[in-house]
Amino acid sequence: MKMNRRDFMKANAAMAAASVAGLALPAAASNLITSSEQTKLEWNKAPCRFCGTGCSVIVATRDGKVVATHGDAKSEVNKGLNCIKGYFLSKIMYGKDRIQTPMMRMTNGQYDKNGEFTPITWDTAFDTMAAKWKKTMKEKGPTAVGMFGSGQWTVFEGYAAVKLMKAGFGSNNIDPNARHCMASAVGGFMRTFGIDEPMGCYDDMEAADAFVLWGSNMAEMHPILWTRVTDRRLSAPHVKVAVLSTFENRSFDLADLPVVFEPQTDLAILNFIANYIIQNNKVNKDFVKQHVNFRKGQTDIGYGLRASNPLQQKAKNVATAGSSTAIDFEEFKKFVADYDVTSVSKLSGVSEHKLIELAELYADPNRKVTSFWTMGFNQHTRGVWCNNLIYNIHLLVGKISTPGNSPFSLTGQPSACGTAREVGTFSHRLPADMVVTNPKHRAAAQKIWNIPEGIIPPKPGYHAVEQNRRLKDGDLNCYWVQVNNNMQAAANMNEEGLPGYRNPENFIVVSDAYPTVTTQAADMILPAAMWVEKEGAYGNAERRTQFWHQMVKAPGESRSDLWQLMEFSKRFTTDEVWPKEVLDANPQFKGKTLYQVLYQNGNVEKFPLSDMDSKYMNDEANHFGFYAQKGLFEEYAQFGRGRGHDLADFDRYHEEHGLRWPVVNGVETKWRYREGSDPYVKAGTGFQFYGKPDGKAVIYALPYEPAPESPDEEFDLWLSTGRVLEHWHSGSMTQRVPELYKAFPDAVCFMHPEDAKKRGLRRGDAIKVISRRGEIKTRVETRGRNKPPVGLVFVPWFDASQLINKVTLDATDPLSKQTDFKKCAIKIVKA
Amino acid sequence: MKTRKILSVIALVGLSMSAMAATIPADKVATLRQVPLDIEPTPPVMPKVDNTDVEKARSYPMQPPVIPHKIDGYQIDLKANKCMQCHSRQSSTYSKAPMVSVTHYMDRDNNFLATLSPRRYFCTQCHVPQVDAKPLVGNDFVDLHELMKKEK
Repeated sequence: MKMNRRDFMKANAAMAAASVAGLALPAAASNLITSSEQTKLEWNKAPCRFCGTGCSVIVATRDGKVVATHGDAKSEVNKGLNCIKGYFLSKIMYGKDRIQTPMMRMTNGQYDKNGEFTPITWDTAFDTMAAKWKKTMKEKGPTAVGMFGSGQWTVFEGYAAVKLMKAGFGSNNIDPNARHCMASAVGGFMRTFGIDEPMGCYDDMEAADAFVLWGSNMAEMHPILWTRVTDRRLSAPHVKVAVLSTFENRSFDLADLPVVFEPQTDLAILNFIANYIIQNNKVNKDFVKQHVNFRKGQTDIGYGLRASNPLQQKAKNVATAGSSTAIDFEEFKKFVADYDVTSVSKLSGVSEHKLIELAELYADPNRKVTSFWTMGFNQHTRGVWCNNLIYNIHLLVGKISTPGNSPFSLTGQPSACGTAREVGTFSHRLPADMVVTNPKHRAAAQKIWNIPEGIIPPKPGYHAVEQNRRLKDGDLNCYWVQVNNNMQAAANMNEEGLPGYRNPENFIVVSDAYPTVTTQAADMILPAAMWVEKEGAYGNAERRTQFWHQMVKAPGESRSDLWQLMEFSKRFTTDEVWPKEVLDANPQFKGKTLYQVLYQNGNVEKFPLSDMDSKYMNDEANHFGFYAQKGLFEEYAQFGRGRGHDLADFDRYHEEHGLRWPVVNGVETKWRYREGSDPYVKAGTGFQFYGKPDGKAVIYALPYEPAPESPDEEFDLWLSTGRVLEHWHSGSMTQRVPELYKAFPDAVCFMHPEDAKKRGLRRGDAIKVISRRGEIKTRVETRGRNKPPVGLVFVPWFDASQLINKVTLDATDPLSKQTDFKKCAIKIVKA
Repeated sequence: MKTRKILSVIALVGLSMSAMAATIPADKVATLRQVPLDIEPTPPVMPKVDNTDVEKARSYPMQPPVIPHKIDGYQIDLKANKCMQCHSRQSSTYSKAPMVSVTHYMDRDNNFLATLSPRRYFCTQCHVPQVDAKPLVGNDFVDLHELMKKEK
């Protein structure tokens, strides 16, 4: 190998650095501390604060500060590795602008919707909030108050919030930001299997012979899982990796089969694969006969837009979107027969030979295949369909629930599974997959919670997108946002989110550790403790529940969301918020505070402070006088134990590096639905999809339908939005870590060089990205990690100064109510 | 670049105000934004990548070092890994680039391998270049060495 100029420069620079280091050496050497007492650090485990992978990290503390973190070598998930974000966890709590006191918009000492943010006490904050909540509920009932939470809530916090809203205020208007990321996955699971969350686990990655990524850029969004896929691919040469996306991204670097397809045509490609399997006689007939039913789903179901939208009015079957009818295999065969290789190739822009190569990965009976998907499928106006259709393929060939054969829905947030889904912080859900619409489920919840009938409303509340619309319309007036930055995250900010928050009729409270774009739109800001400033629990994408202890104190007046929720509940009595007829029928509840009803109900306050490990702090337990986290968890666990969602005892999770539920007789479950692996499967059945009454999963006949908005003459480009490796979501934590900020400080518009040239643009030019709803200013990037095809651009959403969600469309999947952030029509002009 | 500097100054002013428990105008509360929600500012020009080749200090021993040079167009894929051209054990002697850490030769179970561990193949998952941009907000993270010095 020759030494080039660059190498030469590098060699010189290294020598220069060495001589500098040499000069400094004697001084440094004399400072070496050899006393182990002085160099000691306190090390404890915690799950990473960022994505749904759920890496475990070891956190070093000293003198009340987090001073270092590294990957947990004992964790099965990451075995000592972290991604760039995970390696900088130690800095996320120390941004200089941590909010340290409650603040309210005031003028001359009085609340004023247009006033300046003024520091107030917690008492003033809660008194003001309580007065607003009470007045609103008195005038308009419980549907006028709401809460927007997060897949980044701890399990305890999400559970306390659901109780406060559904069992306390009697309102189902609680939804998590997981609605934006995982609702379609939930919808897919419930429709096909009757139980939420993946059947497989991360161990699939070391067993698979092929990986197919469907709209998932794992290389950037699930980097540690990508290290496991990479490890497998490069260690076993027979392994194949197929990557499907609407633009080329970093995951394509490992692709044996790179596939860029026209947006929305994934639906057709999925159906083509099913058709190919049937036409080539590769159906696993025994499996299908024993374990699968066939149904045909409703079509032309609209786009989850406002009823006034012409597109919505044009759709025929909005009201019956979720319905389906039973069919048989022959009818399904006929249905997918239209999706032949020629027509699908034409529609999707993917060559015929690539489509066949892809289908073969699934059809080949000797190849174990794992499919991964994330926001490409879920953020889709037919997201539930996409989820159903990928299960169709795995079920047709019986490649499911066995090591390496795994349709695997990856999760975006650290506890989208653990908190949002399992606890059920959605507007239609209750814990352990139960729903408010089912009287039996409500009865079960009432029993565990020890509350009377008639408090939990049978009608689902407003989901995330609906909440913003109702805020704008003035139907939802008191609104509390915790652990998320929805002004930056939700689509169509100009037409829905911003007018909703700033509607003079509304009072908006935002709890956060940092001042975000959402706090900017709020009326009150509450300072929140974060991550290891509190005891917590998260549940990751492979059903793994992980706990951590409080390791440091939160700054100033910051309090955890758990403290905030429980403390706020003290300000209400049942007489103020419960229906009179319910109290008359259950007089023992009269005059009690919601705190007493919800958190002193015989369960939550059951465990004394002496149950805590005295080595650790616990600000909430010490404040309330009982081990609140344990009481909440043990009450919550009652919902799932014996019902396929078994959690282990609270204390055990503090010892383990996570356990995958169901945990039955102390043993975790790696693969569900398969005999011998899942204790819920009866002997002799082989497989049992016990979420459905007859134990059979469902294959759905569902068609390709176009996107609500496609490029046209004026708005001539597709816009896809998403994340980048270095930043978590809206960047409120990672933009405050200098190394991460300097790795990717500002959002850019990734576009094809030809598209730039056509518009007279060059790399670095300032441009406007304009849709029918709004515009932002950004800069052209024609190089780098993302290489979109002609006709599509990609803009990440982490940048608080480039609010790309002013541009996006708030069309949702009518079944899951999840927004499609990946497709809308835009134009680009020089700024 | 100018916009960025101005923003940082405003951010600092905002901070000191909050420290003094004074009021903050709503449009100045979001440190990373500093403009009204209905306005879209012109973004700063694309910053230059630090290409000095001068190694940056690590914040703690386990921190993956940042990359002190450009990596534009570096190929890291199924066919080649450009980074290892200089940073592998064999090359580092003459390239004078730091050899990747020994952990990079270990598999999931900490057994040593003959070559780079495939799980560590994609360098940019942990190592990133740094651009010439001043952070919009400071960070109070304390190096543990500073903590120990204070104690002495």
